[in-house]
Amino acid sequence: MEIIKTEDVVFEYIRRDEEGNVEGITTAVDHVDLGVMPGEFIAILGHNGSGKSTLAKHFNAILMPTEGTVWVDGMDTEEEKNLWDVRQRAGMVFQNPDNQIIGQVVEEDVGFGPENMGVPTKEIWERVEESLRAVGMYEFRKYAPNKLSGGQKQRVSIAGVLAMHPKCIVLDEPTAMLDPGGRKEVIRAVRALNDVEKVTVILITHYMEEIIHADKVFVMDQGKIAMQGTPREIFSQVEKLKELRLDVPKATLLACELQKSGLPLPSGILTGKELAEALDTLKNGRI
Amino acid sequence: MALILDHVTYEYGSGTKLLVRALNDVSLVIPDGQFIGLIGHTGSGKSTLVQHLNGLLAPTSGNIYYNGEDIHDKDYSKKKLRSKVGLVFQYPEHQLFETDVFTDVCFGPKNLGLDKKETELRAFEALKQVGLPDDCFYQSPFDLSGGQKRRVAIAGVLAMKPEVLVLDEPTAGLDPKGRDEILDLVTSIRRERRITVILVSHSMDDVAEYVDRILVMNKGSICYDDEPKKVFAHKVELEAMGLSAPQVTDMMYELKKAGWAVDTAVTTIEEAKREICRFFPALAGLETGK
Amino acid sequence: MIRDITLGQYYQTDSVVHRLDPRVKLMATFVFICSLFVVDQAVGYLVAVLFLAFAIRISNVPFRFMVRGMKAILFLLVITFVFNLFLTPGEAVFQVWKLTVTREGISMAVKMAVRLSLLIIGSSVMTLTTTPNNLTDGLERAMRPLQKLHVPVHEIAMMMSIALRFIPILLEETDKIMKAQMARGASFDEGNLLQKAKSMVPLLVPLFISAFRRANDLAMAMEARCYRGGDGRTKMKPLHYEKRDYAAYAVIVSYLAVCIAVGRIVPWAKIL
Repeated sequence: MEIIKTEDVVFEYIRRDEEGNVEGITTAVDHVDLGVMPGEFIAILGHNGSGKSTLAKHFNAILMPTEGTVWVDGMDTEEEKNLWDVRQRAGMVFQNPDNQIIGQVVEEDVGFGPENMGVPTKEIWERVEESLRAVGMYEFRKYAPNKLSGGQKQRVSIAGVLAMHPKCIVLDEPTAMLDPGGRKEVIRAVRALNDVEKVTVILITHYMEEIIHADKVFVMDQGKIAMQGTPREIFSQVEKLKELRLDVPKATLLACELQKSGLPLPSGILTGKELAEALDTLKNGRI
Repeated sequence: MALILDHVTYEYGSGTKLLVRALNDVSLVIPDGQFIGLIGHTGSGKSTLVQHLNGLLAPTSGNIYYNGEDIHDKDYSKKKLRSKVGLVFQYPEHQLFETDVFTDVCFGPKNLGLDKKETELRAFEALKQVGLPDDCFYQSPFDLSGGQKRRVAIAGVLAMKPEVLVLDEPTAGLDPKGRDEILDLVTSIRRERRITVILVSHSMDDVAEYVDRILVMNKGSICYDDEPKKVFAHKVELEAMGLSAPQVTDMMYELKKAGWAVDTAVTTIEEAKREICRFFPALAGLETGK
Repeated sequence: MIRDITLGQYYQTDSVVHRLDPRVKLMATFVFICSLFVVDQAVGYLVAVLFLAFAIRISNVPFRFMVRGMKAILFLLVITFVFNLFLTPGEAVFQVWKLTVTREGISMAVKMAVRLSLLIIGSSVMTLTTTPNNLTDGLERAMRPLQKLHVPVHEIAMMMSIALRFIPILLEETDKIMKAQMARGASFDEGNLLQKAKSMVPLLVPLFISAFRRANDLAMAMEARCYRGGDGRTKMKPLHYEKRDYAAYAVIVSYLAVCIAVGRIVPWAKIL
């Protein structure tokens, strides 16, 4: 069974002018159907304002669909009684590392979720320790969040979600405000969660290099799912991605340019290593 | 005429147990008209450095000269300096405050004491240059999209007609197309206004294509100051600082490892393409035929 | 600069004072402040100073950190001193222009200055040795009886702790916006009062917008982590008294006893 499933989800919000009169209705999410299986690593791509963050907030019952239904682990998010279970099953990490850390000490922040859930004290400590270890932040447990780098803060946020023992983690542009080093450490932590802890991951981003390992990619545009498939399938459509204000990994771009000059390279090359291999076969085969 | 930093050191937190030396004996000459990339990871001192350029921070020791004058001289006008050395902060859209875009852009020139006509003329010019559609001029800045807000904020600094434009990570948080658009905008501003541009970034890929000179900062010091290709030759050292060579350069290393005798000094897609095509002579005809 | 403000900041080190239950420290501070207003003689103040010196000694916090907190209130201290000096009626000692300095005035001014300094240093011992979170926890527990009167004790404590968490972030942000506007030629210290007030607009508008955005984000993040008020919540660090806490209570009680005793036994020690 899908861990997250949406059926014909629409989300509209009403724009009002200063006097409160209705100016118009914006459809941020427009008839979206998608399913995520347990253990999958899903990426959602899209330019700024494509509706990807709005959609993500439905997975955690922060927003409710105007039309259609969202199920998290089989529970309809709109039913009042499911609310806290939904939020525990599908944890969420947001963009700004400063605006989601509640505690003033790393370990207290990680304990915040379990405290809210009413987990007994002894177990909270166990959960805090295992979560901090999972993201490699255990040595920093006594630190004040202000003293950490952006990447470290985001890893603390991930640990905070992990301590709630979710089945699925939704990360809404967790790396948008980080430097390349920070981005790498966060993505490494997220991939480890997926590989080792088998947590389902939904990663929303507009950095192409971060998602080449995803099982499946959804590309959003104007609230709709414009493309879906494996990273290889998606990135082989360079022109279409550019139309959607996106990009492809540099290796894919170079391969694509080489194709244009007449080299019969296979499409969907994602890394430098793959490019080198493909060029090798080409050279040995033809010349 | 140029911006000169002479043995600039900046420390803060003196007297506490945490004395931080954010800049460590930095000497630098920035001649007119250069396009400079300033690179370093978070906390390497690059933001501190740019805040010295327009006198927002004063060095603990050392001097800064703009066009031959010491900017920390008693009778040197900081306000005038700030109009000459324009600084666009990170996430500059967060400083917009006026009720409409046009008035917000007027804020800078108005502070310089220019008359109304000149102020509005400059604001109009700046907004035109950043490519904001006319119908947005009298909208609230808060109703614009993220990319548009950033353009307005850049226009706010441009309207002061700076001779040196410093941009602190102007592409942060934007989508790929938005990033390219801003970088293209910066290039066109530089071309049209013939000004010095300093682009602060932590992405080698961003700067590799655009700048003439790269400054790499690490732990408050400038450790490389050279043209891009020469800086990227220090791939191993850059990686040790938490930075990286451009992805294209990385790919060329990958090819070299696989036994291809490619030039690893390649930094852009265009160059990489030419470099690889050398190995397929059959393509040469195709290329020139185009 | 803004980051130099250290008033009430936690000083990280390990000491018996750091490890005490926050309720004990709250009580101690309360008793100490009361004692300052009860005692009236030099000997009494001597006892208070000794008690404070003892607390500082075992807290392992360098004394200069306490003094740094004083800087912020130096102005207040001077004002109090001057007012008391000149405005207390009594036996005249000498005159400065139209103002008369009295014996009572000198005595009062000195007394108030000493009181205020001890009060500030005394409370900074608490804030320097207690993490803000611990402190709010302590307050929450100490105020628990008020819950019966429908006082939202948990919510108040939560708000305090969030406010404390965001103070450094907002200070940094203020600094940044200020610099960004200065880079656009703004100045915040020119002109008369009205002009100064007007020049704050470019600082305050972005600051408010940012504060609201942060509040919004934070509320969402808290909800996403199942926050639903104090009901059914467990504690990661529940408060319970250890032996040292009872010992500390004993010390506090003895201190109070000594203060009272000094007042009764040595009335001749009354200054002036």
